[in-house]
Amino acid sequence: MASSIANGSGGRDALRFYLTKIVQFVLVLATTLLGLVAVTFLIGRVVPIDPVIAIVGDRAPAHVYERARQELGLDLPLIQQFWIYLKKAVTGDFGNSVLTTNPVMVDIANAFPATFELATLGTLIGTLIGIPLGVLAAVKRGSLLDQFVRFIGLAGYSIPIFWLGLMGLLLFYAKLGWVAGPGRIDVTYSYLYTPVTGIVLVDTAMQGQWDAFWDAVSHIVLPACLLGYFSLAYISRMTRSFMLNELAQEYVIAARVKGLSEMRVIWKHALRNAAVPLVTVIALSYANLLEGSVLTETVFAWPGLGQYITNSLQNADMNAVLGGTLAIGTVFVLLNLVSDLLYRLLDPRTR
Amino acid sequence: MAGSPALSQPTGWRAWLLSPEPHSRWQARLGRFYLGWRSFSKNPLAVIGLAIVLLLILVALFADVIAPYSPIVGGDLRTQRLLPPSETFWLGTDDQARDIFSRIVYGSRITLFVVLLVSIIATPIGLLVGTISGYLGGWVDTVLMRITDIFLAFPRLVLALAFVAALGPGIENAVIAIAITSWPPYARIARAETLMIRNSDFIAAVKLQGASTPRIIFGHVMPLCLSSVIVRVTLDMAGIILTAAGLGFLGLGAQPPSPEWGAMVATGRNYLIDQWWVAAMPGIAIFVVSLGFNLLGDGLRDVLDPKAAK
Repeated sequence: MASSIANGSGGRDALRFYLTKIVQFVLVLATTLLGLVAVTFLIGRVVPIDPVIAIVGDRAPAHVYERARQELGLDLPLIQQFWIYLKKAVTGDFGNSVLTTNPVMVDIANAFPATFELATLGTLIGTLIGIPLGVLAAVKRGSLLDQFVRFIGLAGYSIPIFWLGLMGLLLFYAKLGWVAGPGRIDVTYSYLYTPVTGIVLVDTAMQGQWDAFWDAVSHIVLPACLLGYFSLAYISRMTRSFMLNELAQEYVIAARVKGLSEMRVIWKHALRNAAVPLVTVIALSYANLLEGSVLTETVFAWPGLGQYITNSLQNADMNAVLGGTLAIGTVFVLLNLVSDLLYRLLDPRTR
Repeated sequence: MAGSPALSQPTGWRAWLLSPEPHSRWQARLGRFYLGWRSFSKNPLAVIGLAIVLLLILVALFADVIAPYSPIVGGDLRTQRLLPPSETFWLGTDDQARDIFSRIVYGSRITLFVVLLVSIIATPIGLLVGTISGYLGGWVDTVLMRITDIFLAFPRLVLALAFVAALGPGIENAVIAIAITSWPPYARIARAETLMIRNSDFIAAVKLQGASTPRIIFGHVMPLCLSSVIVRVTLDMAGIILTAAGLGFLGLGAQPPSPEWGAMVATGRNYLIDQWWVAAMPGIAIFVVSLGFNLLGDGLRDVLDPKAAK
């Protein structure tokens, strides 16, 4: 949007260009989301558990069984069933969770802020440490620091996240006592504030409950650092390769010849150009943390979306599983789309 | 393996391998392989990766010989439960008084089984979808790529979770679920390669000779896409291991008492604070093996796909 103003002349063509682009994006988004719904629908149909028997019991007479089947719409052709499922999904109706008896959408809305809080903090840690680390590794190529960054990256791709979480709990919670254990906040503090945003750190800080706030901090620090590490492994590795690319460009030589300080050349000129693809990388790593959150939340008993899905799974609560899967899939698609849009917005060459 | 002895003096077989005018296809292929191996073996990390993977294969093959105890049947529940690592039990024992080392040794079979089966299922699907999509173009391309995008749009573990939830827990279903979530990137790569190959002169020549479309796709396009797809599959193997272990950890992969590493970590979770080795040891095994596949994949990429190596 901002660029169409910057273009000045030919603003109308630019506007038209962006409009077609936006329409294209919406179409892609719509088909992808439709596909997501279709996949979850099909998964729901191959479940070996017969939903009718789950309701009427396996000793129900045939006419009761048939009646329940009709009420669930299972006697309709598959395509019609899909249409009903789709219409409900669009309005956010995924049925009720067997486990919590709430509508699945309500459960998801309750669980999402916890996942959001954790993934955001993790990405923040990963970005703030990962980018400088990657830049330094590229500048001092082949040095000890470079080897170290390489090692961090490789380890990040190889360590099972749930195992590292358990070891972190063992060391920092059980042995050293530096951080609080699993969960989001201690029960004693959980009644001191009223959930407004659902993000504990924000809620407690806004209501001036600083004891509760610090308790929440000591709970989130370990899982956030854990997710941060995995995001750091990815971000630092990509930063390094983007920076190596930029540092080999001629404008860097020109800037050096001009007599700019090395600091300025690296952090202002080269990093600025590397920043464009980095935005995509950060958005992708944010999306990946959503995935990592399934295992992390299980390890840390974190009441987010990942834990909701695994809990429902263990109780064969298919409505909840599919609703949660669809929710994560949708966020994933949106994040990818945002990163794509940002890339086009920031990089003039793609216009 | 060729290579190690007497690199300095070009002996008969080396000259034969490096001959610029090979007399048979076999000679040419072996020569290419030898050159690849030479540049591969210059990378110490890649060689370490290869060693780890070979070790995994050997351990899996000779598990009965290597493991001192049974992986399923435990010892005396009164005296041999949850023992710390010692000379008799190298990595300690778990809650069923089973030797953890033996379980990890047998678990390597499951890991290898999962990795091999997933690659065998997912690679052909990806290759097929990618080459057909790229070669035919048009609406076939649009439809196939849209489907690929939809599968790419799910986070892998979450989609695998949903599939396992539908199919029921178990190692075979975990393999199917991981395979279903693994093929899209391969299809993307194969398509990109096909788009480059499609317009080359030799394809036009084959076409003029009257080759049918399937013949061109299977006989001429697919073999050329193979190397970059294989690199990607190798790089993915660590991810496959981690996903399988994650499913096992959540109780959705291999079922007890099978010695799957992720499930073993899950058991150890209950004894984390006082008997840390129960959870720690299988986790280290997962780490070492995925590291091995990552290093091997990096090394293979440098050899087979010099464009991507930056």
